[in-house]
Parts: sequence; C-alpha cells; structure tokens
Amino acid sequence: MRPGRNEMGDTSTAEVITDPSLRLAQIANPQSEIVHFDEALPLDCGSSLAPFCIAYQTYGELNKDKSNLVLVCHALTGDQHVANLHPVTGKPGWWDTMVGPGRPIDTNRYFVLCANVIGGCMGSTGPSSINPATGRPYGPDFPVITVADMVRAQARLLDHLGVGEVLCILGGSMGGMQVLEWAATYKDRVFSAVPIACAARHSSQNIAFHEVGRQAVMADPDWCQGRYLDEGKSPRKGLAVARMAAHITYMSDDALHNKFGRNLQDRDKVTFGFDADFQVESYLRHQGLTFVDRFDANSYLYITRAMDYFDLAADHGGVLANAFAGTKTRFCLVSFTSDWLFPTEESREIVHALNAVAANVSFVEIKTDNGHDSFLLHQPELFDTIRGFLAAAALKRGIAEPKGWLP
Amino acid sequence: MNVNVPPHAVRAVTDTARVDLLLIAEMVAPGSRVLDIGCGDGTLLRLLAARRDVDGRGIELSQAGVNNCVAKGLSVIQGDADTDLVYYPDLAFDYAILSQTIQATYSPRHVLEQLLRIGKRVIVSFPNFGHWRVRTKLLFGGHMPRTEYLPDRWYDTPNIHLCTINDFTDLCRDAGAKIERAVALNAYGRKLGVSMPLFAQNLFGEQAVFLLSR
Repeated sequence: MRPGRNEMGDTSTAEVITDPSLRLAQIANPQSEIVHFDEALPLDCGSSLAPFCIAYQTYGELNKDKSNLVLVCHALTGDQHVANLHPVTGKPGWWDTMVGPGRPIDTNRYFVLCANVIGGCMGSTGPSSINPATGRPYGPDFPVITVADMVRAQARLLDHLGVGEVLCILGGSMGGMQVLEWAATYKDRVFSAVPIACAARHSSQNIAFHEVGRQAVMADPDWCQGRYLDEGKSPRKGLAVARMAAHITYMSDDALHNKFGRNLQDRDKVTFGFDADFQVESYLRHQGLTFVDRFDANSYLYITRAMDYFDLAADHGGVLANAFAGTKTRFCLVSFTSDWLFPTEESREIVHALNAVAANVSFVEIKTDNGHDSFLLHQPELFDTIRGFLAAAALKRGIAEPKGWLP
Repeated sequence: MNVNVPPHAVRAVTDTARVDLLLIAEMVAPGSRVLDIGCGDGTLLRLLAARRDVDGRGIELSQAGVNNCVAKGLSVIQGDADTDLVYYPDLAFDYAILSQTIQATYSPRHVLEQLLRIGKRVIVSFPNFGHWRVRTKLLFGGHMPRTEYLPDRWYDTPNIHLCTINDFTDLCRDAGAKIERAVALNAYGRKLGVSMPLFAQNLFGEQAVFLLSR
C-alpha cells in the first residue's frame, strides 16, 4: 500500500500541527466557495436549520447545458477539499489521485463539485457554527442530522447553481450512503451513481465502533458537555482516542501486519512500560494527534450519529428494492475484498435490490488487502472502473465521446 | 479438397467476433433491453451496443471478467446463472441471452425456466455434443471427445451438462418453451440449411443457437 494516506488524507510522515486557530478559521470563514441560505432546511429530526450555509469546492468548468456536473460526496472525516491543498493541513486533497486533468474523473471534461456536509466543520453549518439564537457556537444544541439531511442540503446547493440532473454522484463510505440517498430521493436528478465501499444501512458492529468513539470524546473532561468552544478548551485526548479506534477499522489485519508486524519503534527491545514500544502504537497515536488538529469533536459526534441512523430500506417500508423502484439511474457499485467495515456482502445486497427493479447496475469487487481505506488509495482497478463507467455515462448523455471507446 | 480450411469470407467474420455472437446479434431487435448471462469479456454486449443500440447488461462469473467489462463502460455484475437470476423481476428484459454457458450450469432446466421468466425472448447457444466429430471421437478413440469448442479434458472442464441439439429440443418442450428459431452452425460457422432435417442438423451442427419464447 502507499504509505500513510488514510480516510482523512493524513500521511504518517506529517508533523503535528499545533495551531488550532487554523481550523477554527475554516469554520467561520472557509477557504472555499460558500452559499448562505435564509430559507430553513427541514430536518428528519423534526426541527429545521435556518439560516444555514454550505461550503464547497469546484474543479473544471460547467458546460453550457449544465450537464457535466459530477458531485463527489465525502466520507465521515473528509471534507470538500478533494483535489486542492488542504487549507489546514497543507496536504494534497483526499482524492487528488482520482480527480483532476486527465485523471479518472477528468476535470477537462467534467465539472466536479464537492460540498462539506451539514454538521461538518469546514465551513458548512455545523455544531461549531454560531447559533443565531444565542450568538454562541451551537455545541450540543445543534440538531441531530441524518444522511438524508445532508443530501437535502446538497440538493439546495444544486438548485442554487441551476443544475437539475447531475451526470454522476460518487462517494465512498458515508459518501456512498449519500449517493444511495440521492438515488433514492431524487431519482430524476441522478443520471449515474457510484456508491463505493458502503452499505444501505449501518451495521450493528459499525454502530458499536461509533459509540466507542463518541464515548471517548464525551469522557474527556475538556469536552465540557459539548460546550468546549465557550470554555476555550478542546477534548483533544478523547477525540484522538476515537480516531485511533476508528482508524483500526479502516485497515485490514493483513495491511497492519504487513506495514508494522510486531516491529518496535526506535528501540531494540520492549521497555516494560506503556510507551509506544510498537510501531503500530506510534502510528495510531500519530493518527489521533493529527486528526484533532483539523477536525471538530462535536462534528465527529454528529456525523457518526448520522451514519448510525442510515437505513435506506427502513425508510421505504422495509424493502430495499422499494427505494429504487422506477429508477433510471445507471449504478456502479464497488467493494473491496478486505473491507470488513463495509464488506462486499453489503454491496451485493444493494445490487440484488437494484436487480429486483431491473436497474442498470454494474458491480465491481476489487481484490486488495488495504481494507476500507482502499477507496482513497492507489487502486488501479478502481481508477479503471470509474474512468470507464463515467465515460460511458457521459457518452450516453451526449457529453463527450472519449477516444478509444467502442470498437 | 482440404475441408479444414474455411472459406476466406467466413474467416474474415470469425476474425472480428464469434460467429454465434453475430447470429445472436442478428436475432435481437434494435433498441431492446438485453441481459447477457455469462458475458465473458463483454464481446457480445459491445457488439449489440454497436450494431443494435441495445440497453445491455451482463452477468459474469469471473470477477476479473466483470472488472474488465465495467472498465470498458459496460453494465456488468458478478453473478452465477444458477443462483442469481432469481433476483430479477418477471419480463424485465426483451432478451435474456445465455451464450455457450448452459452446458456449464448445475441445473440447466432451472436456468432455462428462469430465463423464460425474466426475458420476453430467450436466446441460448451451446456446443452440440451430437456433432459427428464428437460421436466418432468417442466411438473410435474411446476417450471423452475434445474439439475446438470443447477443448478441456474430462476432469477439468467446466462443461458438466453437455447436450445435443435433440436433447435441448426435448428440454425446451419439457420447460414449456416455444422454439421460434433454431439455427445450427457447421464447423466453419456457416448456417446449415433450414430444409435440413433435425437428425442431420444434430449430426453436422457444431454449435446451435435457439430463439425461444414462453
């Protein structure tokens, strides 16, 4: 595997960023396009969000017909900085190998947009945004949001941009959940869809891991019942532990073994103490530390909750196929053999539901030992799949005839 | 006369695609919705897209084959003809195509019945085990026959349910399938005359293509 890149785009060789003001600045004044909406966003929990804003990045140009928009949905701890240097970490975007000129999602041909999800912490309205009712950060007063709420907000953004039907919506993990939600809710606005390494519902095991992470955050005294921003504090230790636990689930046993084995960190023998004797410990500690510098603890609570609540079949009478009834969307699902967080079987269930409504569906399972994080790594088969699928969708929509297509 | 050298015109066709695939493409009405079960590297789907403008989907057993098809822009999923056809609704496709695959299924009758359920029309092609060369190889050689279309040895072949044209005709009758068209191809991929009696087709046809409906 390529060293270090993981779900958040960190690399293991990165130095720890010490200035939390960089992150806080992105909440109030992001280095992204931003749209403010005064009209309330209705939420699944029954309340609504008003006003709200969405921060987003774009790459490439929207064509005259507005038919070449490709919407990328980011994962739990991702953000809208897909293919540019990240304003906080200074590192390349989390999918810069996939999106760009000549890349599988070719910005010479497609107009690529990625928006920070509602509840996030990179400029879209979230728990660290200012609550207009109090003039202070929302904190725990922020309403619980769902994947459907995130998608509803994105639809408002596309309305604002005057884009009706999107050429393709792609995303991995929670991004894939958003893709499924889009395809189920806005059938006439999704020409093609690529849900990667995801599921139609969050499994019990996944909810359990999320709960461990949330409890770690909330057990940190600096969490201050969610009001740490008011107190000028940050639950760094709790969030770092949450991240360490989650990070294990993004990798496979084989990947960890191949990368670290039982190798010791800068020492010849164990110290009979609780230092990071093993490389894997040192690696995880580093992942935790770098994460807290760029991510908001309350956002982590809210977004993990949104994933837990995701259950597309339950929203459609208990039958997943109902969610896709009448769909004309072209689907391409992708899973990875060593992904135990969202195993292939979960993708196959979606494929069967799509078959049941005779939808146009492709399904690729890629053999790799990189685990759930595979969708962010250099996986040539993933690149080939997305390049080919997207080109075929574009051809079908009459956008551009890629060279070398069809004999 | 050397009978093993195909005429030049036929060779030109076989260079671009398997002859049975061209024959199948000819049977498919333009603009149809098609499911190709056992689509391999996607040759037929691409042929159908190029010549018949179909909305084509594929199922392929080998994951490598699937990934390769999808990278070419084809709609293909990994699946098994024996187990995965049940997920499709009735009459979901204008044509359900099973080319050179039925002999490799565990339960050909079940598969055929599923095809007849999900497709308004069904096209099945298979190697004819009644061909004279197969018969003589077994008769005089005393070994399980190996030919151009059946190249594997008995212990490593995926073809576990080989049949003759006569056998397949019987299966169609038992499964309630109406034979709309049946074409036998000789060793050079040429169609045998329609006037040829069935026993002769079963003797000289190396492959057969059937167009069926319920």
